[in-house]
Amino acid sequence: MATTSQTGGQRTRNVISGRNRKGAGRQLHGGRITHAVLILFTAGSLFPLVWTAVAASRNNTRLAQTPPPFWFGGNLFKNLEIAWTDANMGTALLNTTIVAGAIAAGTVLFSTLAGFAFAKLRFRFKNLLLLLVIGTMMVPPQLSVVPLYMLIAELSWTDQLQSVILPTLVSAFGVFFMRQYLTGALPTELIEAARVDGASSWRVVWHVVFPAARPAMAVLGILTFVMAWNDFFWPIIALTQNGSPTVQVALTGLGRGYIPDQSVIMAGALLGTLPLLLAFVIFGRHIVGGIMQGAVKG
Amino acid sequence: MASSDATAVPEAGVGDTTGVGDTAPAGPRERQEKRQRGRERPAPRGEERDDRRRERRSRWYRRDVRWSPYAFIAPFFVFFLAFGLFPLLYTGWASLHRVELTAPTDMEWVGLRNFSRLISDDFFWNALRNTVTIGILSTVPQLLIALGIAHLLNYRLRGSMFFRVAVLTPYATSVAAATLVFVLLFGRDYGMINWVLGLAGIDPVDWQNGAWTSQLAVSTIVIWRWTGYNALIYLAAMQAIPDDLYESAALDGASRWQQFLHVTVPSLRPTILFTCVVSTIGATQLFGEPLLFNGGAGATGGADHQFQTLGLYLYEQGWVNLHLGRASAIAWTMFLILLIIGAVNWIIARRLRKSA
Repeated sequence: MATTSQTGGQRTRNVISGRNRKGAGRQLHGGRITHAVLILFTAGSLFPLVWTAVAASRNNTRLAQTPPPFWFGGNLFKNLEIAWTDANMGTALLNTTIVAGAIAAGTVLFSTLAGFAFAKLRFRFKNLLLLLVIGTMMVPPQLSVVPLYMLIAELSWTDQLQSVILPTLVSAFGVFFMRQYLTGALPTELIEAARVDGASSWRVVWHVVFPAARPAMAVLGILTFVMAWNDFFWPIIALTQNGSPTVQVALTGLGRGYIPDQSVIMAGALLGTLPLLLAFVIFGRHIVGGIMQGAVKG
Repeated sequence: MASSDATAVPEAGVGDTTGVGDTAPAGPRERQEKRQRGRERPAPRGEERDDRRRERRSRWYRRDVRWSPYAFIAPFFVFFLAFGLFPLLYTGWASLHRVELTAPTDMEWVGLRNFSRLISDDFFWNALRNTVTIGILSTVPQLLIALGIAHLLNYRLRGSMFFRVAVLTPYATSVAAATLVFVLLFGRDYGMINWVLGLAGIDPVDWQNGAWTSQLAVSTIVIWRWTGYNALIYLAAMQAIPDDLYESAALDGASRWQQFLHVTVPSLRPTILFTCVVSTIGATQLFGEPLLFNGGAGATGGADHQFQTLGLYLYEQGWVNLHLGRASAIAWTMFLILLIIGAVNWIIARRLRKSA
């Protein structure tokens, strides 16, 4: 689709030979200035991350001197080790992996099922329910923390991982995202054909819906994982530094003076960010695609 | 099992699926008729047992088609009701009570007293002011820069995927990690930013303790984390603009800058509005950055509360001062503010659409 329209555009443009032909459209190559500005912006985006590693490889004394260090020192592994054991970052990383993994899996599964129902099936109150989902998509989390806290206090769930997994296990955005995707990507005839062959609803889901939804499921999974990994407000309330913290809770403990050594704090920040940065290096293309896709449809 | 499926269904199944089929565009009455027609159709030759089995199967089939949609949405709605909708409403109920963190189940009815306390609390108005200023300081530059970067990313570039991933890396960094680094960078005595300013002959700035400087610093963290993300959203919308719009503009002799102003920006209007709404919601909830920018000093948002936001004020009331009822009242006030902002946005959007 995209290529045909592009070549079509090119053809028209070749026919038109106006004076401002060069100024048209997005076929333009970026000039030197474009590249320079982008490189500068990219450098600004990456600098704080690189400097986190620089600071993590120094020691506290060196960080209290001017000018600040610009290049790596020799203390990286020592600091990482202290952060890992003393600041509870080891436990925190494991906890966060469990939490973010469970939330991503739950969100993808439940959103796909509900998104499929909203996209392709007929049932009563469908539009009303969909409206309810969309309407609460933008409600801030602050609006529910107090009752949630009362709930987990009542169940004695404070400082247990289910207290952060269960409340975030489904997302209205996920349902909306999957619905938008499946409306276009899953041909209704395919479902009907499966039905004619006598497939039950669950078989339709397993053999038709899941394969068709796979690209969107992957994108939603990655995005949800990133969001769950970085979730801050609720974990701060539900978990504590010394119990079973997530990475963000442990980092907050560090920031509030749990360990006064700045280079160790930076080592902790590095540890907490590294897994996601790795994921960005590996899946970057898909994450970018997912965000851009969601933007056009949302 | 699979083979018996294949043999048994075609006779009984076909009429059934097209008739009751959830996806068929038939209206309810039509479906009813079809169903009856299917029933009246004389049974093909076969044993009675087969007939009964077929009947059972088709009944099961109808039930499956009818109820499976509910089964598919049930898991979502169970969690959604328990952890989304119920707390939302219960916050309103709790805001009318005196509830203390030490005994969350002891609720004493106080009517609107939490709200009147809020209105007479200077720190509430301070937090509201700070939220607005930090919101403007972070959102406006963020979206403007994002628009420019998206425009540049829309050119044909060498390594365009690298740029796209690179500008998104701050989005992968958590609030906590980002703020901890920026606290060091903004340090008064040894921070990188003051050192660079010193090279330009500017005296060290006490970023944390000044009102404007601290709000600027907190805004910088927000801008750093979200500009690339918004740029990608704009980029996606820019790529959906049809080429012929630019072509006709170019034919009319519009320069690149004029094309950007008169083709790109108007086409992006819905997207710009969308990002405005999302960023505003984000700004209203701002919490982690001001909490951690304060170091170990708690949830006050600076010694003079100079960068305490509403989110932080809510946390302080609820989990430092232990007044959960008052925290609920703050939450509902924040929601009200969001609704007002949403309404204003909607009115502006409608005006713009009319003028377009």
